Amino acid sequence: MLKFTEEHEWLKVEGDIATVGITTHATVQLGDLVFVELPDVGKAVEKGDEAAVVESVKAASEVYAPLAGEVTEVNQAIADNPALVNDDPMGAGWFFKMKLADPAALADLLDEDAYQALVG
Amino acid sequence: MADLSDLKKTPLFDLHEKLGARMVPFAGYAMPVQYPAGVLKEHLHTREKAGLFDVSHMGQVTIRPKSGDVRDAALALEALVPVDVAGLKAGRQRYGLFTNEDGGLLDDLMITNRGDHLFLVVNAACKEADFAHLSTHLSETCEVTPLEDRALLALQGPGAEAALEKVAPGVVAMRFMDVASFDILGAEAIVSRSGYTGEDGFEISVPAGKAAALAEMLLQDESVQPIGLGARDSLRLEAGLCLYGSDIDQTTTPVEAALEWAMQKARKKGGAREGGFPGASVILEQLHNGADRRRVGLRPQTKTPVRAGAALYAHEEGGEPIGVVTSGGFGPSVEAPVAMGYVPAGMSGAGTPLFAEVRGKRHPVMVATLPFVMPRYKRA
Repeated sequence: MLKFTEEHEWLKVEGDIATVGITTHATVQLGDLVFVELPDVGKAVEKGDEAAVVESVKAASEVYAPLAGEVTEVNQAIADNPALVNDDPMGAGWFFKMKLADPAALADLLDEDAYQALVG
Repeated sequence: MADLSDLKKTPLFDLHEKLGARMVPFAGYAMPVQYPAGVLKEHLHTREKAGLFDVSHMGQVTIRPKSGDVRDAALALEALVPVDVAGLKAGRQRYGLFTNEDGGLLDDLMITNRGDHLFLVVNAACKEADFAHLSTHLSETCEVTPLEDRALLALQGPGAEAALEKVAPGVVAMRFMDVASFDILGAEAIVSRSGYTGEDGFEISVPAGKAAALAEMLLQDESVQPIGLGARDSLRLEAGLCLYGSDIDQTTTPVEAALEWAMQKARKKGGAREGGFPGASVILEQLHNGADRRRVGLRPQTKTPVRAGAALYAHEEGGEPIGVVTSGGFGPSVEAPVAMGYVPAGMSGAGTPLFAEVRGKRHPVMVATLPFVMPRYKRA
């Protein structure tokens, strides 16, 4: 299952584990990333909490937790090479995995069609 | 997208849109912050080949002496800047500062001796105030005229000379801070060999009506790409150059800002025309005894970029802030974060370890010599 947020994150869900990244639209808006700060594994987050930080040459932006849960794994490869996020935002450029506190809350997020309609 | 309808447009506005620029408000103008290549690639392209910048929002002013002798204009201007203007030869340019009575900075600017008059380039955000300041203090002996019908382009990078030579034959003979007139597209262009990137390059003042055609001609050269304000900022930061309003303002003196190199011998203690500018007592005293704080370069010791506004601390924990970052970000050519800021004089030595607070956490930074990249001006 693939879900999206209005803050331009995507979630790929398998069971109660969601892999989270930022959308292609977001990477185009941000430009070339030069720095990524990832959350600590084990960190508990509420929906809307600041979970990661991405920086371009010009500015820093937050990546928010799309739902409540616990961070179970982070993608160290994008911290080592932030360009990976620009090159493959929906794949190798994923940010972190989280165990969802309430998988039923996924129903509140956008599906792909609704997200595409949002970003036009 | 930001609402641009209330903003002024430069003569290159239509070209920026055609080139796919992202336009943002800057000092009352709609300006390109980046083109489709993006800030990172635009920055690197400028250092590797040549970048074309629209800086038409900046103020251009002529000061013509009523006596006809340019030395009278130079001496009149010296009452507002701690700079040796009278010693500036015809066809030469020099960096300058408008000071206030406290020794703070009203603006920074470029001053050119054009033979029979002076030609100034000032910051966009300050230009109205600068015009008024100049008119108030110089009108008795000079005619101060803002040149509102001229555009200003900057062509910067190792490929700038070859690209401009095709359009303005002869520029190849110029050296850093030379200024000369050339015929470009049938009009008089004022070309200076200077810039704001640390690279060799030129700034070209042309009548507004010729600007778009000149820009398109330069862009036909395969080495030349359009560059936005985003990369202009990262380029000048790596070059250690101040941004007025961020690194220098009315509360910073030339000595605090480490800009005493902009003051020549003639205006210092014991010089032929010592003092005689606003704030001279403060500035001359600081030149002699030093200032309590200094602008320094900062190299973050982690990958985390440290940006303007970050508080600086002497220790990893506890204590009050000892200074502040005034410019900072990622330096694409340095391939690491770079910053500058103000610290107490006793902590301003290169290699001094400090900490910068980013998102509530203190990160180690080290005081570093400026610039972060070696300038490649054509001096000889």
